[in-house]
Amino acid sequence: MAFLELSGIQKRFGETSAVIDFNLAAERGEFVSFLGPSGCGKTTTLRMIAGFEQPTAGTVAVDGKDITRRAPNQRNVGMVFQSYALFPNMTVAGNVGFGLRVRKQPKDRVAKRVTELLELIHLPDKADRYPYQLSGGQQQRVALARALAIEPQVLLLDEPLSALDAKIRVILRNEIRAIQRSLGITTVYVTHDQEEALSLSDRIVVMSEGRIEQIGSPFEVYNFPATSFVASFVGTLNVMTARVAGAAEGRLVMDGQPIRAARPVTIAPDGANVTIAFRPEMLSMGEAGANRLRGTVQDVTFLGSIVRIRVHLASGATVVSVDTFNDPNLTVPEAGAEVTISFPPEAVLVLEAPPAATAEDLIAEA
Amino acid sequence: MNRLSRLAWWLVFIVGFLYFFLPLLGTFAFSMRSQPLFSAYAVVTDDPQFAETLIYSFIVGVLTIIVSIALIVPTAYWVRLRLPRLRPYIEFITLLPFVIPPIILVFGLLRTYSGGPLPLAGSDFGSNVLLVAAYTVLSFPYMYRAVDTGLRAIDVQSLTEASQSLGAGWLRILVQVIIPNLRVSLLSGAFLTLAIVVGEFTIATFLARPAFGPYISLLGGNKAYEPAAVSLISFGLTWIAMGLISLFGRGARTRVQVVGAR
Repeated sequence: MAFLELSGIQKRFGETSAVIDFNLAAERGEFVSFLGPSGCGKTTTLRMIAGFEQPTAGTVAVDGKDITRRAPNQRNVGMVFQSYALFPNMTVAGNVGFGLRVRKQPKDRVAKRVTELLELIHLPDKADRYPYQLSGGQQQRVALARALAIEPQVLLLDEPLSALDAKIRVILRNEIRAIQRSLGITTVYVTHDQEEALSLSDRIVVMSEGRIEQIGSPFEVYNFPATSFVASFVGTLNVMTARVAGAAEGRLVMDGQPIRAARPVTIAPDGANVTIAFRPEMLSMGEAGANRLRGTVQDVTFLGSIVRIRVHLASGATVVSVDTFNDPNLTVPEAGAEVTISFPPEAVLVLEAPPAATAEDLIAEA
Repeated sequence: MNRLSRLAWWLVFIVGFLYFFLPLLGTFAFSMRSQPLFSAYAVVTDDPQFAETLIYSFIVGVLTIIVSIALIVPTAYWVRLRLPRLRPYIEFITLLPFVIPPIILVFGLLRTYSGGPLPLAGSDFGSNVLLVAAYTVLSFPYMYRAVDTGLRAIDVQSLTEASQSLGAGWLRILVQVIIPNLRVSLLSGAFLTLAIVVGEFTIATFLARPAFGPYISLLGGNKAYEPAAVSLISFGLTWIAMGLISLFGRGARTRVQVVGAR
C-alpha cells in the first residue's frame, strides 16, 4: 500500500472546479513534484494534504489512515511556505523548536534537536538571530528545519524557492534533495519551474486546469510527454500539425515535406491531421538525419551553453527551433540563409489531434 | 530645494509649532498667576482626591484595555483570516462610537441596567462594570484600527498555517504568534484608550463614578488656577505614554517587517 494516497480528490470553489479527479499514490520516502502553470490546482491539492482546504470529494490517507477530516494541527505534516512564514517575534532557535514545544517536549530535548537541525541546514551559529537578521536563503533553510523538527510523516513544500535569486535557488534545491534523501521523508513539492521539478523529483505530476495531465519520472515526462500540454510545458518544444500519409509506416507530411516517425501512427487514419512535436535539441543543421526539412534562418539566439536557431520552413508559415551546443568553432548561419535541418524518426512525437494553440501560446500561458 | 520653498516649509513649521504650543504656554502662564509660584500645582498634588480619582481612572483604563484587547484581537484576526467580506461591516460597527454621543450611550445603559434581570446600575460594583463596558465601546474605533493595521503588516494566513502545521491550536497561535507581532499596534491602541478614559467626563458623571474627568470639572467650578495645573499634569502624563510607545516600538518595528525575502 502506498504511504501517501490521494483518491478521487475534487475541489470546487463555488462554480469553479480547482481540482478534478486527482489520484496519486506516493511511496514512503518518495519525492513527488506537482508541476503546472499558475491556477492549475497544484497548491490547492497540496493545501488539501496539509488540511488547510477540505476536498469537496475524495480522501487523503497517510500510512493507511484516512486524514481527510483531521484538523491541520492533528496531521503531523510539515509545511514550508513560499513566504517562509517564520515567526518574526522568535529567534531561529525559537522558530525551529516551536513544534517541539507545542508537543510539550522537555527543554533539553528541544535544545538538542534544534542544534542537530541547525547543523543539518549549515546554520549552527545563527540560533540567536531573528529572522530579519537572515538572508532569504537562510530564512528558507530555517523554515525547512522548523518543518523537519517535528519529524513529520509527510513534508510539503509550496514553491519554497520562488522568492530567491537564481544561484541560491540552485544551491538550496540541491540541499533540499540531499536532506530529503538522508532523512527518507516522503515529500510533495509544488513548483511551476520545470527545471526544479526535473532535477529534484522521483516522479512528477504535471497538472493543467485542475486535472492531472501526466504522472511519470522526469525522464518519462520529458522524453515521452502524454499530451501536447506536457510536451509544451516541460522543456521547449516544436509543436506542429502534420497530415498522416501512411499510418502503418509512420509516414507524415509536414509543411508539404515528407517525414517519418519511428512508430506507426495509431491515433488517426491516413489523411487525418495530427499534432506532432520534437525537441529543439533533437534537431541538427545539415543532412545527417533520416528526416530533412528545408527552410530559411529567421534568427539566432545565444543562450549561454546553447545556441538556438529559428528556421522558417519552406512554406514560410511554420517556424522550427533548433538547439545546438555552443562551441567557439561553431559556424552559425546568418539570418536569411537557406538551410537544411534534419532529425531521426525517434525524435518525432505523435501526440493527438491538432492543437488549439501553438507551443509558444502554451508556454506564454504557463 | 530652493530658498523660497525652504522658507515656506519653515513658515509652515513655525505656524504649526505656535498652534500647538501657544495654548499650552497660555495655560501654563495662567496657572503661574497663583501666588506663591507653583502653588496651583502644590494644591492639586496635595489634594487626596487628585490621586484617588487619577488612580481610579487609571485602573478603569487598564481594565478597559484588557477587555478591549480580548474582544478586538480575536475578532479582527478572525475577520482577516476567514471572513474578509465582513470587514466593512465590522469597521462600521467599530465607528459607531463616533456617531452615537456618550450621553446617548450612558442613558441607554442606565435605562437597560437600572432594573430588569441585571440591575447593575444599582451597585458600585455594577456601575464599575458598566463604566468599563461603556469605555470598551468608546475604545473600539482606536483599538480596532490599530489592531487591523498591525495585522495588515504581517502575513497572518501564512503564520497561522505554519503554526497549525506544527501542531498549534488557536489559543497558542493567538498568544504566542499573533499577539507578540501586534505589540506596537496594541500599545498604540492601549495608550489612545487610556488617554480617552482618563479624560472622559459624561459617562463617569452619569454613572456617579469617582473618576478623573468629573474631578477636573468639579475643580474648574470651584477654583481658578488649579484646573490649568491639572490639565498640564495630565498632558505631561500623556506625553510620557507617547514616549513609552516609541520606546517599546523601536525594537518591535524592525522585527515585524521581515516576512519576505531580504
